Amino acid sequence: MNHKTSIKKRVPLSKVVSYAILTIWAVTTAYPFFWVIINSFRERGEIRSDSFSIPWPWTQSFTLDNYVTANNRSDFVTGYTNSILISVIVTIVVILLAGLFAYGMVRFRFRGQKLLRGMIIAAMMFPVFSTIIPVFRMEVLWGIASTQNRWLSLLSTILPQIAGNLAFAIVVLMGFIRSIPIDLEEAAYLDGCNVFQIYFKIIIPVAKPSFATVAIFSFLWSYNDLFTQTFFLRYPQEKTITLLINEISSQAGVNYGLMAASVVLVVIPVLVVYVLLQKNIIKGLTVGAVKG
Amino acid sequence: MNSMIYKKKAPLLFFLLPAFLFLIVYLYYPFFQNIINSFMSISGLGTKATGVNTPWYANYVELWNDPNMRTAVKNTLLLVVCTLVFQVGTALVLALIVDRIKTGSRFFRTLYFFPIVISATALGLLFNIIFLYNGGMLNQLLQNLGITTANIDWKGEKYYFFTMLLPVLWQYVGFYFVIIVTGLNNISTDVYEAAELDGATGWKRVRFITLPLLRNVICTCLILAVTGALKVFDLPWVMMGSGIPLDESWLTGTYMYNQTFIRGNVDYGSAIAVVIVVLGVLLAQIASRVFKEKEY
Repeated sequence: MNHKTSIKKRVPLSKVVSYAILTIWAVTTAYPFFWVIINSFRERGEIRSDSFSIPWPWTQSFTLDNYVTANNRSDFVTGYTNSILISVIVTIVVILLAGLFAYGMVRFRFRGQKLLRGMIIAAMMFPVFSTIIPVFRMEVLWGIASTQNRWLSLLSTILPQIAGNLAFAIVVLMGFIRSIPIDLEEAAYLDGCNVFQIYFKIIIPVAKPSFATVAIFSFLWSYNDLFTQTFFLRYPQEKTITLLINEISSQAGVNYGLMAASVVLVVIPVLVVYVLLQKNIIKGLTVGAVKG
Repeated sequence: MNSMIYKKKAPLLFFLLPAFLFLIVYLYYPFFQNIINSFMSISGLGTKATGVNTPWYANYVELWNDPNMRTAVKNTLLLVVCTLVFQVGTALVLALIVDRIKTGSRFFRTLYFFPIVISATALGLLFNIIFLYNGGMLNQLLQNLGITTANIDWKGEKYYFFTMLLPVLWQYVGFYFVIIVTGLNNISTDVYEAAELDGATGWKRVRFITLPLLRNVICTCLILAVTGALKVFDLPWVMMGSGIPLDESWLTGTYMYNQTFIRGNVDYGSAIAVVIVVLGVLLAQIASRVFKEKEY
């Protein structure tokens, strides 16, 4: 063995170890999802004895029963509709209001500005646990919470979720708007734009990436937020997908196939969106996290 | 920034008022109302307070003597510590390794991040099947490999904390991983080249170049991890329900929810929420002191 080959051999070794460690964590991450998918297609009784083999469609183990049962037990279409309605509205309102507020805070100088800034930072630390009860009581008083009316109930969830996401969104957007050079705005001003036109025609297009970050964050938080949803959505027609899943988990008893199928039903749409948008999501989330 | 454009203050109202109203009505008013509520006597979520407790601080005395509350605080603190060590630790190790390879790093990043976008509710259900006593994935695996012969009760006395902790840790490793990788990418290659000339390679390079330069990013992660761990609710709630086994697995969030919603002790729940806030402020203070960012 001459000198050259021994070097060639040594380099791959550290690489092999690197890839091995990375692959182990990759398997740890991916395998549970794979496992639950294959078991959602398996005959009920077999999960508990033989859950690692793949139930190929041409074998006895394969079945679609779990999905049929899941579909009969709960109304997934309504669940998805409610979830998406809530999250989309929350996201839109959050970026609208937070954008306006952040712009006003960064560009204008006024009395009480420091206090207002402090209030925003402090609001970021309020856990939802500490505000939820008074919010619920307030909304009952207004007649929007626990009314059995689907749209009012959705509204009663949307409002506190907006408030919960606002402070974070404002902080991220303020950081970004501050970094936009003011020359652009001055040029537009000389061309006869007023403040509102400057905001909508200059700031929003320039700050688009950070608006996207905030939008992704708000959407995910709202979609996945079990806590607020359990407080405000109690009747069948208002349930979101997360609530349905939570219900199934407590009612399914020993029907593990049903559980597996309902997990898959929640995970698959998100998986599709994730694969399509993964570049934006990862970039967006990290920008937000480091700046926030 | 005394630009002419922003001399007129009238448009400010349009920019600030909507979000401001939201914050006042939905965060600040309820926040202070909640503190008041914790001294009142309230029997139902939608019902009026029937008066002040006697003595007015009765709930806090009860909290102090409540063994479940002690368990909840203890578990929450333990969760914070484990999050710091294992979540950020694993993320750091993986990030340092991924930084050494070229092909496939984007694949690993995408994969590691995936659990974060999945709702904790679905993950809780998934882990319920994995940790099942009779024929769950883990018990099957251990028996197939011949490590154990009897089923292990993952939610029993012995393993409940591990069972509650593992999914929470597992889900968020990718989050800190991606943040640290971004930080690593920001370290310029010049620094490494200079270090190499000085003879710093391998572990030395990591210890004396990478880690010090990564300090601020790691600090951010640690602070995020502390505040994140305090907010954990969904996963333990789906998996551990009412504090199984025998009231041992309570966290402050799940216990507050249980008191308010299941048992209808609204004012007591408010008091727990106040304790959660105090705990959060304290820990956030400590975290930002200990993991202070440095300017270079």
